[in-house]
Amino acid sequence: MTLSALNADVIVDQLNAGEVTATDCVQHFLDRIQVHNAELNAFIRVSESALEQAEAIDQRRKAGESLGCLAGLPIAIKDGICVSGQPTTAGSKMLENFSPPYDATIVERLKSADAIIIGKTNMDEFAMGSSTENSFFGPTNNPWATNRVPGGSSGGSAACVAARLAPVAIGSDTGGSIRQPASFCGITGLKPSYGRVSRYGLIAFASSLDQIGPMTRTAKESALLMSVIAGFDPRDSTSSKEQVSDFLTSLETPLAGLRIGVCRDHLNEGLDVEVKTKINDAISVFKQLGANIEEIELPQTKSAIAAYYIIAPCEASSNLARYDGVRYTFRAQANDLEEMYRNTRGQGFGDEVKQRIMLGTYALSSGYYEAYYLKASKVRRMIKQDYDEAFKKVDLILGPTTPTPAFKLGQHTQDPLAMYLADIYTVSANLAGIPAISVPVEPSSTGLPIGLQLQGRAFEENTLLRAAHQFQNETLWHMASPSEPWRTQS
Amino acid sequence: MEDTVLNPTSSPQSNNRRAVRFDDSQIIIGLEVHVQLDTDSKLFCGCSTRFGEAANSQTCVVCTGMPGALPVINERALELSIRAGLSLNCQIARSTKWDRKNYFYPDLPKGYQISQFDQPICGPGHLDIETSEATDQARRIRIERAHLEEDAGKSIHDESGRRQDSKIDLNRTGTPLLEIVTQPDIRTAAEAKAFLSELKLILNYIDVSDCNMQQGNLRCDANVNLHIPFGDEQIATPIVEIKNLNSFRAVERSITHEAQRQFEAWQENGLTIADAPKQTRGWNDHTQTTTLQREKEDSADYRYFPDPDLIAVKIEDSQIQQIESQLEQLPADLRKLLAEQYNLKSADASVIVSQGRGVVDYFLEVADGCEDSKIANNWIGQEVLRQLNESNQTIEQYPVSPQQFTDLLKLVIAGTLDQTRGKEVLNAMVADCISPEEAIKQLGIKPVDNNELVSLCEKLIDENQDVVEQIQSGNGKAIGMLIGKARKMNPNANPGLVKAMLAKMIST
Repeated sequence: MTLSALNADVIVDQLNAGEVTATDCVQHFLDRIQVHNAELNAFIRVSESALEQAEAIDQRRKAGESLGCLAGLPIAIKDGICVSGQPTTAGSKMLENFSPPYDATIVERLKSADAIIIGKTNMDEFAMGSSTENSFFGPTNNPWATNRVPGGSSGGSAACVAARLAPVAIGSDTGGSIRQPASFCGITGLKPSYGRVSRYGLIAFASSLDQIGPMTRTAKESALLMSVIAGFDPRDSTSSKEQVSDFLTSLETPLAGLRIGVCRDHLNEGLDVEVKTKINDAISVFKQLGANIEEIELPQTKSAIAAYYIIAPCEASSNLARYDGVRYTFRAQANDLEEMYRNTRGQGFGDEVKQRIMLGTYALSSGYYEAYYLKASKVRRMIKQDYDEAFKKVDLILGPTTPTPAFKLGQHTQDPLAMYLADIYTVSANLAGIPAISVPVEPSSTGLPIGLQLQGRAFEENTLLRAAHQFQNETLWHMASPSEPWRTQS
Repeated sequence: MEDTVLNPTSSPQSNNRRAVRFDDSQIIIGLEVHVQLDTDSKLFCGCSTRFGEAANSQTCVVCTGMPGALPVINERALELSIRAGLSLNCQIARSTKWDRKNYFYPDLPKGYQISQFDQPICGPGHLDIETSEATDQARRIRIERAHLEEDAGKSIHDESGRRQDSKIDLNRTGTPLLEIVTQPDIRTAAEAKAFLSELKLILNYIDVSDCNMQQGNLRCDANVNLHIPFGDEQIATPIVEIKNLNSFRAVERSITHEAQRQFEAWQENGLTIADAPKQTRGWNDHTQTTTLQREKEDSADYRYFPDPDLIAVKIEDSQIQQIESQLEQLPADLRKLLAEQYNLKSADASVIVSQGRGVVDYFLEVADGCEDSKIANNWIGQEVLRQLNESNQTIEQYPVSPQQFTDLLKLVIAGTLDQTRGKEVLNAMVADCISPEEAIKQLGIKPVDNNELVSLCEKLIDENQDVVEQIQSGNGKAIGMLIGKARKMNPNANPGLVKAMLAKMIST
């Protein structure tokens, strides 16, 4: 089997066993990127030093040095996460020439585990979007159907894993930005609990919602990456000191007796019929695995999109104030300071980003703050209470990740509301701070991937990963790869 | 855009206004004081807060607002804020949070300042100040709140008029500031100055801030308006916030100026607080005037909201108690101690206390050691403070230890050394870092025995018959001339003993 067909844990085993060198492994994926990236545009940039790092790891291995648990494994990183000395753009013209002088905490951890960063992946500008069409560097195409979007905002990470241009990737999720593209691209994507993974070095979109997580083919690979990136970071005040469980060892614990809640409201209105069928099929698999399926209610989640589209833009309007042309960003020509601000931000940001900055600025303005930000914060607390109630009855909540499979490029670009509704099932987990995972179920009749979402109690990623892993033991949907050459689909 | 004229200046009302005297109006003053906390590192990162380093050398990804960087609270700044709050009798919040104050400025790297909007770390409190007025009664100035925030950087503009680039130094960005806001309880410019002096003294005593105004470690804005009796009414003039006050003198003078200006403006246009928005005016030290900066209506909407990068701060009772238990005596306590236990006049006590804790401790040790607080006060309040001032030293650098000083004063009290000789000894002790005994030896001071004293006095009387006659004819003061001559003949002769002996010999 070629390297690109293998799962990350198997690649690591082969590297450790000396069956393959890190150099060969990195070269293999670089070759695939070389061949396929032009068509997919999953990567904004390939790391120039990846091969060098691979050679260094091979040397150290030869010298008998002890190596990190991911030694030699190529990994793709969303371009909103800082890698020291490598351009990190967040998909924006504003940061086209920005090279951070520091590593994000998760990059530091991956590097010390001897993983090799193979490149930076495409994304919606500042993670604002659900299709990766809002990137300054052009849209990413879905490898299952190149005329369709890969989802977003971590569309580049999802597409590169699906197309096997990298074995695994890292994304970030503010309202579904890991899970929705994972669902559209037929891979596994985990948004950890808020505070589980350090945000230090993640270019902020909405600080109280953002979370970094793994995007992989299997739940086991996600568990492997989580064991490296999760845990308290003194540089992130919002990171949690909660004990990090061993994600890998609990994977095989049987699901017998596990209580899984299903919210009927989420399986009716507005849901694509095929998606509904495939999710119901998946429920049967969990029943066979010994789980008890129970009905639950999440009455406030109907307000989640509304609350999310207040809170996230409010935070974004402030988080993006630093891109003012004074320091490291793009700077437009101007005659005075105010004109410099106007031109820089007018030309440096794309339309969606400007729209959200305006929404947030408006909602935080004096006289509107109470009606918008404070009210949305109240809704947010009620959503969290819904989950608290539900998790008294069940251990996990199951439903679709998205209402439909991947839509076509350009289909929703003129209709922001339709675009925002792509996040309808995912934003609640961000508002409540709970972990959620998307795993592939049976694709649509036209061959488009469909994702199942599991949500769990805060800091119980191990339960999510365990359920997803055992589902994947029973099914093979996650192992399907789009056939090459990539095809379009009407 | 100076004040708009609503009423013609020649109207009957304006003539009535001209009849009001300035001295009948009352100045209402509230202060906002920014104090830089004396922490080693900045409020949200580990960068040094040292002053005067090369531009932008004390910066990191956090305080320069790099994408992805996150703030982490400096616990020491919280502790110092609590200490300051307790010293100002403030209620300390059990839960406080951080808010973003959003505005664009080139020396504000994140495009927002992290501050505290509606849950300041210190709630209401008060500070009693002594005023120089005859009543001698303390005035209580209420504190509204004190909150923590990060400082901005420094913009350096080219002032040559040649449109050169502006430069930005971010060394100061993120240094912790405590903003202390008073109620409008201050009534005179002198009280404003007294408040600031006492505040500065307290913050020095409790090691919260050095309040060095040259380095911008204490900055003050004053909100000023007038209450003017007018017929049966009390008219309030529009409130003005005076900025750029970088010395106590500027505070005092700008308030005096601004009160007069507001009075004249009101006489001119009759505008009251209800007619005009709050103004910001800047104090110009050269012209000694305030000039309009902006009307508050134009001011930015800061769009405060809770900073999602920081978690709320919980302050436990035990933490407050611990800080309280470590709090040393405040200036007011020490003034009381010196006045009541050491019998100093209140003005003398104030002089000692205003020098800082070191001088107070020095005084206490010497006063206890020599068991004469008056003499200790005379010598320390005059000689020591003068010497420190001349040599620009702190009491910690003063070469005479409290024990040596005590030994010296004991000799003076015992009469072994008179005042003059005593000061000579002190000067020698300071100059050569030696003990009183060594200084006495060096100066050749030795006791004069009775026989020597008798022959000295006899000689004086013989040689100065004219003076003796003056004394005998009732001019008692003339004896001073003889004492002066005695000192020249034998510097060791104790003037008191000489005087007593001369008086005895002349009268008999």
